[in-house]
Amino acid sequence: MEINEKTLMRDVLVNFLRERMSEDKSVMVIDADLAKCAGTIALEKEFPDRALNVGIAEANMAGIAAGLASYGFKPFITSFAPFASRRIADQAMISICYAKQNVKIVGTDPGIAAELNGGTHMPFEDVSIYRAIPDILIYEPTDAAEFAAALPQILDYPHPVYIRMHRKNPPLMHKQGCDFDLMRAEVLEEGTDVTIVATGLMVSTSTEAAKLLKAEGISAEVICCPVCKPLDVATLKASFEKTGAAVTAENHNVNNALGSAVCEAAAENCPVPIERVGVKEKFGEVGKVPYLRDVYGLNAADVVAAAKKAVGRKKIIRFQT
Amino acid sequence: MITSVKELENVARNIRANIVECIASLGVGHIGGCLSIADVLAVLYGKHMRYDPKDPKKEGRDRLVCSKGHAGPAVYSALAEFGFFPKEELYTLNRGGTKLPSHCDMNKTPGVDMTAGSLGQGLSCALGAAIGSKLKGDGATIYAIIGDGESQEGQIWEAAMYAGSHKLDNLIVFTDYNKLQLDGTIADICDLSPLADKWRAFNFAVWDIPGNDVAEIDKAITEAKSVSGKPKMIILNTVKGKGVSFVEEAKVGSHSMNVSAEQRDIALKEIEGGR
Repeated sequence: MEINEKTLMRDVLVNFLRERMSEDKSVMVIDADLAKCAGTIALEKEFPDRALNVGIAEANMAGIAAGLASYGFKPFITSFAPFASRRIADQAMISICYAKQNVKIVGTDPGIAAELNGGTHMPFEDVSIYRAIPDILIYEPTDAAEFAAALPQILDYPHPVYIRMHRKNPPLMHKQGCDFDLMRAEVLEEGTDVTIVATGLMVSTSTEAAKLLKAEGISAEVICCPVCKPLDVATLKASFEKTGAAVTAENHNVNNALGSAVCEAAAENCPVPIERVGVKEKFGEVGKVPYLRDVYGLNAADVVAAAKKAVGRKKIIRFQT
Repeated sequence: MITSVKELENVARNIRANIVECIASLGVGHIGGCLSIADVLAVLYGKHMRYDPKDPKKEGRDRLVCSKGHAGPAVYSALAEFGFFPKEELYTLNRGGTKLPSHCDMNKTPGVDMTAGSLGQGLSCALGAAIGSKLKGDGATIYAIIGDGESQEGQIWEAAMYAGSHKLDNLIVFTDYNKLQLDGTIADICDLSPLADKWRAFNFAVWDIPGNDVAEIDKAITEAKSVSGKPKMIILNTVKGKGVSFVEEAKVGSHSMNVSAEQRDIALKEIEGGR
């Protein structure tokens, strides 16, 4: 499929599944009454035996997927991100990860992308939940082009993967056929004064922030970090050693997700002052993305302010040492 | 394949003796709910299941998911009895580095088909295997054993609804209905009755039988295998701790209890005396 600014991420997922399900009879998809939202409903007609819908029973979906994986199948399960994480935390932990069953878990509409569904459906905790479980890889696609490049690697990855997928179309930061490595963070823009490590919706916000910082004479390096577990520490360390300060930016609670992961990696490998942009001790609420960005402090201006603060703290730390 | 009732009863005694030996060697364990399912394990591994102990992951084999994962020692006792690993390994139960942890682990124990222990989850995994078997057309039967206390978990009924709705007739589920759970009696805490009616209402074919009688279990499984178009539930009305009087008498206390060397000798004598 041709990928452009209008391409929806869910269409990338469905297209990939359709291709693989056609050529590999072990690939399956299971939904829990949100197949119309994920777009996977089309596959139920094309592959009635291998595109299942279990009804509104996410725990059962996760268990069935584990059982199928134990039988040699490669199931993808989909639901809204809150139900693909906190609703099935124990099933994902025990039946899937502890049992070493290779299930790919797709959670759609993460964080403020849940928009009008509001607090019950707006997960700022899904990455935190999966980050506490061994072996599982956590991937938040940046855009449709990167997602298309990532999916074959995700299918081949020998462990479970949690995909935090925006259904719609965040700005394209990559070109179709881009050179993508699931295990590597990517330096999108080089800089010397501060590193911005961003994921998901906040990647394009961070490149916008870098432009604003540049106008103020601050050179920001922007790192696109779609995988926060396992974290590409080497890329971050090289950048931190150069810039000496960092900001993390995520559409998620800052606790035990990208911000925490980067702070931990920095503390252990290359301590620098870090400011975290993300949701802080708040639940979700209804609204459109621009309003929600204001509510949770997820605008380019917030990244700019955090970057300046981090750069300022760099001087203090240097003074103290 | 063992066909005589007497021989199946002997196998059940051997499994009980193995359970007592391994739990007593450790001094503590989930002995009540292990002893209650010794008979169904004897009939499954002795007569009905197709498997190869030398090739425990053989494709197309029948599978057993012990969803009440804390009955691991009972499953290990059966697997050792049928040659999946030497009986001496039973004495490693729950010791550091063992292949035999208290709750079933498919990645550790040869012959264990699914990891279970967080209650309510194994039945869904068995459904996945049943669907997988149908997709592959390998003709396997998928068995699952759930606990009666475990049946208070909502996920059991999610799985039941799907299995009934999709007519998964290669799935045979047993409920170990010993009427006792950790904190008290099932009836006092959250009653399951009428249990057979519940499963019928979920579109299962149901057998409600004496659960420690190998002849009745054999008959029910044989009949269940011949029914098509529905998943099957065989309710085993069991006695928790069956076959060892001090465990039976402990009732609710038998869920997990201490077993001394002296008690082991008494228990083994009782089990042997039944031959």
